[in-house]
Amino acid sequence: MRKQELQPATIEPSRRFFEAWLMFASNKAALLGLALGMVIAFVTIFGPTIYPTDPYEMVTSPMSPPGEELLLGSDYLGRDILAGIVHGARTTVLVGFAATMFTLIIGITIGVLAGFYGGWVENLLMRVTEFFQVLPGLLLAMVLVALFSPGILTIIFAIGVVTWTPVARLTRAEFLKIKEREFVMAERAMGATNASIMWRVILPNSMPPLIVAATLGVGVAILFEAALSFLGLGDPNTYSWGYMIGASRDFIWDTWWAVTFPGIAIFLTVLSISLIGDGLNDALNPKLRLA
Amino acid sequence: MDPVLKIEDLCVDFETRRGLLRVLDHINLHVAPGESLGVVGESGCGKSMTALSIMRLIPSPPGRISEGRVLLKEKNLLGISEKQMRDVRGNEISMIFQEPMTSLNPVFKVGMQISENIQRHQGVSKSEAKERAIQMMRAVRIPAANRRIRQYPHELSGGMRQRVMIAMALSCEPSVLIADEPTTALDVTVQAQIFDLLQDIKERMNTAIILITHDMGVIAEVTQRVVVMYAGHKVEEGPVREIIDNPRHPYTQGLIGCAPHLKADPGQVRAALKEIPGVVPDLSQLDGKCPFRPRCPQVMPRCSEHMPSETKAGKDHFVACWAAGVAR
Repeated sequence: MRKQELQPATIEPSRRFFEAWLMFASNKAALLGLALGMVIAFVTIFGPTIYPTDPYEMVTSPMSPPGEELLLGSDYLGRDILAGIVHGARTTVLVGFAATMFTLIIGITIGVLAGFYGGWVENLLMRVTEFFQVLPGLLLAMVLVALFSPGILTIIFAIGVVTWTPVARLTRAEFLKIKEREFVMAERAMGATNASIMWRVILPNSMPPLIVAATLGVGVAILFEAALSFLGLGDPNTYSWGYMIGASRDFIWDTWWAVTFPGIAIFLTVLSISLIGDGLNDALNPKLRLA
Repeated sequence: MDPVLKIEDLCVDFETRRGLLRVLDHINLHVAPGESLGVVGESGCGKSMTALSIMRLIPSPPGRISEGRVLLKEKNLLGISEKQMRDVRGNEISMIFQEPMTSLNPVFKVGMQISENIQRHQGVSKSEAKERAIQMMRAVRIPAANRRIRQYPHELSGGMRQRVMIAMALSCEPSVLIADEPTTALDVTVQAQIFDLLQDIKERMNTAIILITHDMGVIAEVTQRVVVMYAGHKVEEGPVREIIDNPRHPYTQGLIGCAPHLKADPGQVRAALKEIPGVVPDLSQLDGKCPFRPRCPQVMPRCSEHMPSETKAGKDHFVACWAAGVAR
């Protein structure tokens, strides 16, 4: 009998993403989060073009309630609340993502080194992590912003400094688990360097929980930015939702809309991110994944 | 033929809370190009430790190679830098592991894993490495290799994954291939295919193969020479036919007794499987005397006085046992 070339029953790589997507899509809450996220992304990208009113401009009479002259009313100076929300979205989203990036860079680096090398390196780095963990986050962020000039970069830096610890601990835990797996030894036996084992072998295998942590981290960063801006430590040259709430806080009884609508915007953004993060958690859960 | 790999007086110690354990005690072995050497023994006797010492992959601490030399074509692998050693691993000496299910990195496509190893050691371009990866996969008889390279490990069967591991191990045409129980996790028909493949590779590429296993049946089928290990010691060594037909060490005799089909006696086919009573001793309990003594059917007073030294028991046949020296 002639040996025939068997055709493998190929599961294309794209199928894996497809399966993760199916898991994600079967989660109604996650889909809601995604839809909400898409609306926010749309507003962030196209909002200022579609609704070009300058948020600093006093366009109408002060404290005009929603629906009278403007859709969402005006604040105590007569500035358009809707314009503020539309233009402030960029700052909020930018700070959210940039601070999360910074958080990931610090957290992953420290977690990778601690988890991979173990011994005194791990001890030292984990003690440093614990030190940062016990510091009150918002207070430290305020101190940092106050020490340096309150600009958008300082805010991103401060948020990164106070939120990296969970990422470092998670990365370390994943490393401790994965470095014992057989393929790590197999890679060594193939002549891989320590660096390539860290970054090319173990880290990619630790990604699913880190992706989830990063997603949820964006929500945390946005809340931090809002809190700092509310306390008057925001970047004075950028318009953000937190700033709007902070600016109008003395008039909360007279212009409830000036603080409520930006608040709702923050709430919906963080909610959307949390729902997406939860959905990803389920979809990327290794226990539910194929082999 | 001159051996390509030679281990001389290799000793490995492990630092534990109960003191220093000698995991390997003065191991000597060698393997020639195109030869396949079987290393056999029960779990915990030092087979895998020997393999890992050759690769210098002993977890350290707590492990340490305290004595001896590992010579690859006259080059002492224990004397070179870690950087030089990395260039030996996967290039001049390759190793395949027991669990093909978990020995491949799950997040990368198999073709990429093979070509990455080629690129790492041979400094060739990406496209050339990919081309050679496909060739390698064809060489280990993976059907439709040019489509398989785009698959992830979890999409392949156990046998296919072990083939991929072998392809990766052979991708730089190493002079020595260490196979640590390569088929333990596979079913019997696949096992036969893998051994067939190893045999074929050995002949075509003139690779020296060190096959580690606990299965005397496998040894009889695929190797030419055998080293029998017990509790970190080499107890017997010789050509495979000689060892199977005329085992001198009681431990070897016991191992062969556990594999009934080797000496299939028509009248006794249904006889109960023999076993070696007892278990491998705790390494911390060793006292420099014969370690097999508590389980040995031929034990005598001398056994608890001195460690037997290696004596010649035939052409290329060595044994370390007092009883073997006297009995015949």
